[in-house]
Amino acid sequence: MATTTVPNQEIPVQVTAPPKIRKRSFVRGETIWGWIFILPALVGFIAFYLLPTVRAFQIGMTNWNLLGAAKYVGFANYQKLFQDEKFWKSMWVTLLYVIYNIPAQTILSLLLAVLLDRFTKSVFVRTIMLVPYLISNVIVAMIWLWMLDPILGVANFMLDAIGLGKHAFFSDTLTALPAIAAVNTWRHMGFTALLFYTGLTTIPRYLYESARIEGASEWRIFRSVTLPLLRPTMVFVLVTSVIGSFQIFDTIAVTTQGGPANSTRTIVWYIYQTAFSNMRMGYASAMSCVLFLGLVLVTLLQMRLMRSGETDLQ
Amino acid sequence: MTTTDSRFSTGKLLGYGALLIFIIVSLAPVWIAVKTSLTGAAALLSSSADVLPSGTTLFNFQRILGLADPGDPRLGQTGLGNIDFLHALLNSTIFTAMVVIPQIFFSALAAYAFARLQFPGKNAVFFLFIAATMVPAGMLFIPNFILIRQLGWLNTFQGMAAPFMLMTPFAVFYLRQMFLSTPKDVEEAAFIDGASLLRIFVQIILPMHKPALATLTILTTIATWNEFFWPFLVGREEKVRVIAVAINTFRTQVPGGVPDWTGLMACAVLGIIPIAVLLIFFGRRIVESFQFSGAK
Repeated sequence: MATTTVPNQEIPVQVTAPPKIRKRSFVRGETIWGWIFILPALVGFIAFYLLPTVRAFQIGMTNWNLLGAAKYVGFANYQKLFQDEKFWKSMWVTLLYVIYNIPAQTILSLLLAVLLDRFTKSVFVRTIMLVPYLISNVIVAMIWLWMLDPILGVANFMLDAIGLGKHAFFSDTLTALPAIAAVNTWRHMGFTALLFYTGLTTIPRYLYESARIEGASEWRIFRSVTLPLLRPTMVFVLVTSVIGSFQIFDTIAVTTQGGPANSTRTIVWYIYQTAFSNMRMGYASAMSCVLFLGLVLVTLLQMRLMRSGETDLQ
Repeated sequence: MTTTDSRFSTGKLLGYGALLIFIIVSLAPVWIAVKTSLTGAAALLSSSADVLPSGTTLFNFQRILGLADPGDPRLGQTGLGNIDFLHALLNSTIFTAMVVIPQIFFSALAAYAFARLQFPGKNAVFFLFIAATMVPAGMLFIPNFILIRQLGWLNTFQGMAAPFMLMTPFAVFYLRQMFLSTPKDVEEAAFIDGASLLRIFVQIILPMHKPALATLTILTTIATWNEFFWPFLVGREEKVRVIAVAINTFRTQVPGGVPDWTGLMACAVLGIIPIAVLLIFFGRRIVESFQFSGAK
């Protein structure tokens, strides 16, 4: 449920089954205790993850406004969807948002991580960099809405002072989406940098030293040593941040609500509108299923392209 | 600065300069929120460029907590006047407690079974939990909303908390890793013959893992305190709405259409304070746990 909250980061998990040979039973009645222990979590999982996933596909095959009975329509919603200009427009807006958000966020946080790794080991500095990420999306969006206020906002005051003039960023179709991307880049920069920083600390120092002895430039070292060895972290960061970015919602709810002229109507916002403003649960669910399949595809593609799992450290 | 001293090379100077810029950029917006919340509504018009609040006052905090004298002439200068943000703070506290405590307890139970017990079906269930992390929130919210509505739980705390109360995949994985990283023998030695496993778990196992449980509690508290999407869908009424939902409502609630910035920033600051307190006391722990989640 949590679109961009803290615990969304997946922890790498050992999927391999434990060895089958066991010395002696750890506790008596292990099978019964095992099921008793997982029961509450299993109930929560079935009620709020498993069944809703199945139901989303079911509801997607109906027309339903929540008031009457749901009417089965088969794949009609999907046929409609592929001819729905608004749907494709919202997909395009979402893709554009990802393109504005991800490269900027990745490059800035990579730079910050390298700086942290090279110049300070201070936990205090790393804590400060985490501050934006720990503040609620809504509060972050509200602060930026205020700073970018066209009349009184401090950011506009500064732009005016250097001769660029004031600008109503959130009410201009050209700048609204980049402004939202900038807000989220600011919020996620420090957190992403921290993940990269962890990756950097695993790179053996002697590799840098020998590169330096051979007279390689800083940029060359970064390109030929740091980047390749950082790839597993890079895959993890890109996969999770792209998935999060595709589902942008909170910031839009606070700043533009999809406007102006639908220039920030991203896919999750469009699904939300279809379900709760137009009460078309079936059509909205069908769209959410397409989003799901799309995200699975994007994830697999990313993992394939970046050859995850392999590090270049023999 | 001498060029002979290699500790002060231009490269280093540039590096520290860039770090300083990152620090300023990260903290400046927070300072602007604090500054605005301390500025009087009348002084706001002329103080955009000031670094410090002008006409410093706590009046904004008084009025968003509904404590300002209704006859106070300064109320008229503000967009929202007196509002009951205290109620939202209270609701957020209830919501957070209702989610965090059971979620961590039940996730710990399951995590312990996954880490330590051998029973048929375990690996299948665990695989399903992993698969659940692939399903986007953007797909789950419609069926979950319909379920909560059918239960008659819209605009109730149980409706807002239900999806998070019994587990999140993250909490289960985090705690499973924690159990796996402690040697089994230590626990076995503590076992009392004849005591039920549940009693041993609550009285011995959980206290043994206090530090990791505390870390997860802090992370989950922050995430729940900040949660917007789900409470926004099922808990919009004043009696249950949490701070994020309340702040979003206050923005548009102004007669003239101009947001009440000083009041909104005071709300923002009060919403940040609990997080700031956690960060001051547990900063290192929070930083290290995020690094842990990035480690491979």
